[in-house]
This record gives sequence, C-alpha cells and structure tokens, in this order.
Amino acid sequence: MPKHDTPLLDELEKGPWPSFVTDLKRQAEKKPECFDILGQLELSFRDKITHWKHGGIVGVFGYGGGIVGRYSDVPDRFPGVAHFHTVRLNQPSSKFYSSAKLRDICNLWEKYGSGMTNMHGSTGDLVLLGTTTPNLEPLFYELTHDLNQDLGGSGSNLRTPECCLGRARCEWGCYDTQDLCHTLTMHYQDEIHRPAFPYKFKFKFSGCPNDCVAAIARSDFAVIGTWRDDIRIDQAAVKGYIKGDFIPNAGAHSGKDWGKFDIKKEVLDLCPTECMWMEGDTLKIDNSECTRCMHCINVMPRALRPGLKQGATICVGAKAPILDGAQFATMTIPFLEVKKNEDGEYAEVVEVIEKIWDWWMEVGKNRERVGETIMRVGLPTFLKVMEVTPLPQHIKEPRSNPYVFWQEDEVEGGFERDIKEFRKRNAQ
Amino acid sequence: MGYDPENPMADRITDIGPPHYEQFFPPVVKKNYGKWLYHELIQPGVLMHKGESGDECYTVRVGAARLISIELIREICDVADKHCDGYVRWTTRNNVEFMVDSKAKVQPLLDDLKGRGNRFPVGGTGASVSNCVHTQGWIHCHTPATDASGVVKAVMDELFDYFVSHKLPAQVRVALACCLNMCGAVHASDIAILGVHRKPPMIDHDAITGLCELPLAISACPLGAVKPATVKNSAGEDIKSVKVNADRCMFCGNCYTMCPAMPLADPDGDGIAILVGGKVSNSRKAPMFSKLVIPFLPNTPPRWPETVAAVKNILETYAKDARKYERVGEWAARIGWEKFFEKTGIPFTIKSVDDYRLAYDTWRTTTQFKFTSHIK
Repeated sequence: MPKHDTPLLDELEKGPWPSFVTDLKRQAEKKPECFDILGQLELSFRDKITHWKHGGIVGVFGYGGGIVGRYSDVPDRFPGVAHFHTVRLNQPSSKFYSSAKLRDICNLWEKYGSGMTNMHGSTGDLVLLGTTTPNLEPLFYELTHDLNQDLGGSGSNLRTPECCLGRARCEWGCYDTQDLCHTLTMHYQDEIHRPAFPYKFKFKFSGCPNDCVAAIARSDFAVIGTWRDDIRIDQAAVKGYIKGDFIPNAGAHSGKDWGKFDIKKEVLDLCPTECMWMEGDTLKIDNSECTRCMHCINVMPRALRPGLKQGATICVGAKAPILDGAQFATMTIPFLEVKKNEDGEYAEVVEVIEKIWDWWMEVGKNRERVGETIMRVGLPTFLKVMEVTPLPQHIKEPRSNPYVFWQEDEVEGGFERDIKEFRKRNAQ
Repeated sequence: MGYDPENPMADRITDIGPPHYEQFFPPVVKKNYGKWLYHELIQPGVLMHKGESGDECYTVRVGAARLISIELIREICDVADKHCDGYVRWTTRNNVEFMVDSKAKVQPLLDDLKGRGNRFPVGGTGASVSNCVHTQGWIHCHTPATDASGVVKAVMDELFDYFVSHKLPAQVRVALACCLNMCGAVHASDIAILGVHRKPPMIDHDAITGLCELPLAISACPLGAVKPATVKNSAGEDIKSVKVNADRCMFCGNCYTMCPAMPLADPDGDGIAILVGGKVSNSRKAPMFSKLVIPFLPNTPPRWPETVAAVKNILETYAKDARKYERVGEWAARIGWEKFFEKTGIPFTIKSVDDYRLAYDTWRTTTQFKFTSHIK
C-alpha cells in the first residue's frame, strides 16, 4: 500500500501534545495499512465528513458482541482499510498491566490487525482498531488460548464493567472496587457476550464520592463508596495544615500563589452542610449533618479520612442525552455493605442487579436505557419493584403537584360505587 | 494446534473473562493494597502515595493520545521495564502512569521520558487541565459530526501549559464527543466539545427497502418527525418509504442509527457545540450537567481554530475569575449565567434557551437576576 500525501494531517504533527499522526506514520513503516488510515482520514479532513459506512454485523461464533463491524465507503482508494473492524478486549480491573502482557497483545495485533489501538475506549475496553473479517476467528482463538484474554461487550448487553483504582493506590476506597468489578465481570460473562437486554447496561464502580470513573453520570448501575460513621480526624495533622507544615489539597494548587492556607475559608466555609467548626485549634465535625461530599478530606488528606464503617451507595439509571435528555443515576440504595460471601460472590449486590434486570427485561422497550424506563413508569413504581422502603433520601424535595396515583386498596371502601345510591342523596 | 478453519468449534474457549488484575500490580501496590494513608503531588504529574507501612509509591503521569500504535505501547513497555519492574497502568482519561517505589527513582524516569521527544508530557494532576477524553470521530465512526483525535490534538496543543502546571482554581475536565450519541459521555464535563448536525436526514429511497425496518426508523424519532410515505424510487416504482418533517427535526441522528438509508452528515451542516459547567464529583456541590453556551462552530480541519479559541477563552476567563476550589460550573452558578456570558464575551443566543423536554427546569422563575449588558 502506497503512502498518500497528507498535507492537512501533517499540520497535526506540530505542537507540544503527542501527535497521533506522527505515531500513525511510525506504525505505517511496519504496518502499511496505516498509510491507508492516514489517507482516508486526510480525505475526511478535506471533505469534512466521515468515510465509514454504516454498521456491518460481524463477530465470532457464539458471541453476540465484542466486535464492531466497520467498512470504508472508499475501499478502492484505500484497500488497506476496506474492512476496519474493532475488537474490544475486556481490560483488567482498573487497567494495570505487565509489559509482558502488553507485548503479547501488541504481537497479536501486529499479526492480525492494523497495529492501532485505543488505550482505552470510553467504556473501559482495550480497543483494537481495524481488522478484517477473515482475521476474527484466528485472532479470537489465539486471544483465548495463548493470551488468556476475552472480548468485552457491545450491543444490547452488559457492557464491560469498569472501576476506579480504589484500594490499589488510593486511601479513599471505601470498598474493594477492583474485586467487585472483577467478580461481577466473571459472574456475568454470558450477559456480557450474548445480548439479551432491551439496550446496553453499564456497571461502574467508584471507591468514594469523588467518583473518578464517573459512575453517577455514565452507568446504569453505579456503586459509589461511602461510609456511615465519623470522619477520622488526626488533630495534630490539622494543626500541621494550619501552621503550613503540610501543603493543602495535596499540592494540587502549587502553581499559583493563593495565599496562606485559611482553614475557615477553604474548608469550613465550603462545607455544603456547614457541619464543621473550630474550637480553639481543634477541628470539630457534627458527623450526623455530614453528607460525605469529600471536600474537607480532599483538602486535608493527611488529617481527615473516611470513617471505618464503609460500604457503598447504589445509584441507578445514568445515561448521556440521547434521546430524552441526560440523566444522572438516581440514588436508590443509600448504604450497602459491599462484602463477599464465603462462596466468593457478592450475593447482596447480585440480588439488587437481578431485581433491576428481571423487571427491565420485561417492561423495558427496545433501545430504552433503564433510566428512561424509570422515568417512564416513575420512581415510586421503580422503588416498589426494588422492594425498597421509600425514604426522604430518594428525593431532593417532595413533589409540588397533588396527582398521587392512589391504589384502590389504599382508599377506604375501594373504587366501586353505586351512582344510583349517590343520586338518592345528591340530585343531578 | 492453532485455529482450524475447517473445524472452527474445535477446542473452543469462551467466557474466560479478563485476566485477574492482581498479577499486574507493582510489588509496592500489592504490599500496600487497602493500606494507603495519604497522598501528595510533589510536582505537576508526580504523585506520592504513603502507605501505613511507611512505604511510598511514586507515580509519574503522562498524557497520551487515545489513538496509539503498538509501536508506542512497546516503547511504553520499554520504559516500564527499565524503571518500573515492568508494570504500568492507564487512567480513565487515557493518561499513562509509571510507578516506582522510591523518590530516588523518580528523576531518572522523568529524564528518560523527557529524552523521548514530545511523546510523554508529564502532568494532568491537581488543578490542571487533564487529558481530554474523546470518541472516535472520522478515524473510525460512521455517525460523527466532527473529528475527534484531530480536534483534541489542536485543543491540547493550545492548553498544554495548563496540562503541565497546577495554576487553575480547580481541575478542569475537557471532553469531546463527535456526535449526540456521546459514546464518550461529555454531559458532565467542565468544558464539553460536542459534534452536532444541523441538516435533516436525506432519504435514500433506492436503498431503504433492503436496509431498514421502517417501523424502527419511524419510532426512532423522539419528536415524531419521521412518517411513513409511499414514494417513487429512481426506477419509477412505488415503494414504501418514509418522509421527514424538517420543522420538527432536532438533528439527533437517531433515525440514521436505526436506518442507514437516512444519512444526515454534511460538510456545512456539521460542526461543534460547546457546553460548560458539568461535573461528576460529589465534592461540595452535587454532580451537574454541562450547559450549552455556544450552539455552533464550523468544522475547520486541520486545527479547528474557532473551537480552540472558544475553549481557551472559557478556560482563561474562569481561571482569572474563579475562587480557589471552584469548578467551572460552580463558578458560573455563583456569578450567575448572565455574568458568565458577559465575562466570557460569548454572545447569548436563543439557542441556549431550552425548548426540549424538562425545559421548564432551566427557565428563571424569580425576580432575582443581575443587570448585565444584555439588558438594554
């Protein structure tokens, strides 16, 4: 495959940020189909439009997802990308790798693909970008036999679950995000590989309310770490911050002179519930008023830590705007102790998930995310499905209209009445 | 052994899932798992995590394109082998993290990275612009309204100084999605760059019969703009197809997703909208959606100067005006959106006034407002 002139893309080799164009050119020396990637992209830059055809169903035997078909609409000009299918590999929890594992993946992709990847896709998969239909089965064979790896999800199924790095390298992981993510991924292999849902369903696991994997914005089932006892305080370290021995916010503001650290201005006054105050040089927190937003802990990580009675809040139904508008996940279960049973399963989490699925698979419409189903039927109905006691924590404020859907058995005497009897007392 | 095309189901392995994560932990991570005490950013792009054991884990974070080659991954492996016992990880924002177990190992690692051209910029921590997450765009997607990798490269070149420093009021998350499907959800980002279409779909009456299930195409439209119709194809035959009521079209592209015979991409119609003020974290204020402040900027490859300038203007206006810790959305909410438009100089247009579902939530129903230059 010949090299194409790419005057527009060449402009993207300038500047301090790493250039994907330079990278593609380097790769093209070994994988000449990359010249055709560059060529077709240059054409898109000139035409201001994509040159990929719509869809294309390809896959490996027995799986309904994990590979996304893609074909060029100018294959004669760029035969190297005539087929350009995507292979989604399920990433290890929180994306730690050994160089040996990565080199194996690179060798496999040098053999069967374009050499280009996404590290990583938006849902978390390690994405191998660009291969042909005949390569799919051999690739899958070597992937499973030699690399001990598997495909991730695509289509109307459980998408590849994703988690923050949690307890591996963060002091705020309120439950074991990686273990929960991995355990559920293994538990639900069938749901990941064989689409049987109304639409996609995403799990995301964050260890604390900072929510580094955006679970509350992006997942149908968001498990976000929290605690229900008191924030741990090291008063000596609080004094250290006040004295200036420690840099506030872990040094996140080191590039600008914001003045001397002021605990009142930077911590107490920014607390959304105003539940903190100083008594002399001792920090006090009324933990019963705390909503565990993390701000004070973020600012003084050496002095404050989440409490010890840890678990997670479960929120359900986030999605991007298509179609009815964006939704954050709705707080459904305020606190669940995320613990593994003797049989190695997270039975309580599984029970919550399957309550959602059993209901959604029955009432969800085609291509309706669970958040949209909840919007359609109403949160009260969903809470009944979940067998969750309605709590003031489920709402920001009570409804401001009086249109309650009373059930017949809630009303004395039921709905059946006799109009003739009524008219005897109340004439028309 | 190996794959046998004559017998594809022979000794097939399925549903084995991902490899267990623990085997990829650097020793210092494995030893201190769940026992970390606190962390500090010792300089932009370098984190130190302290364990209860007294152990320290130093992490050097480098920005990378999301679209990377196996050659570059191999180079990353070389760095990991040389400095990090062969371990490395990626963040959710496409950054690469190299971890070492002592401070003495940090500088040689930084020197090595610096010696490799501009491939490994160190930064993306603290009050910075971290890496811009994005979607595929013209490199691989069939529904984009703009490119992704190209726009992001141009934007990150311009914001580079903010990636390698800690001088902003808070972290600023910039994200790009190349169409309204938002496979990279940008609806809760400080600054969101969103590809948008502005022309209704065309209908390929010659192709629609074989390609589309008409009821699915019709029901795909959230506003009922797609209706069944009998039309003549180019062979003069009457066929069952659809028509589109352009007045009702909101250019979401959902019909094209369901029906390949209804393409809507267009060189002049497509471009970029800018949304600002979203956040995911629960810190201080609850999570917020990004809000539309610039309805359209043209697609101007290769470097999208209008989009780059718009993003930089918003970022720098915020950087000058916001208080310490305030995210873009918190700042805009405090000063009021009328002040946001005044301070940024972004013209306010009727396109920022919501007329879709739940629109009423965004209308002002109080006499409290500020007299800005908008009121003549």
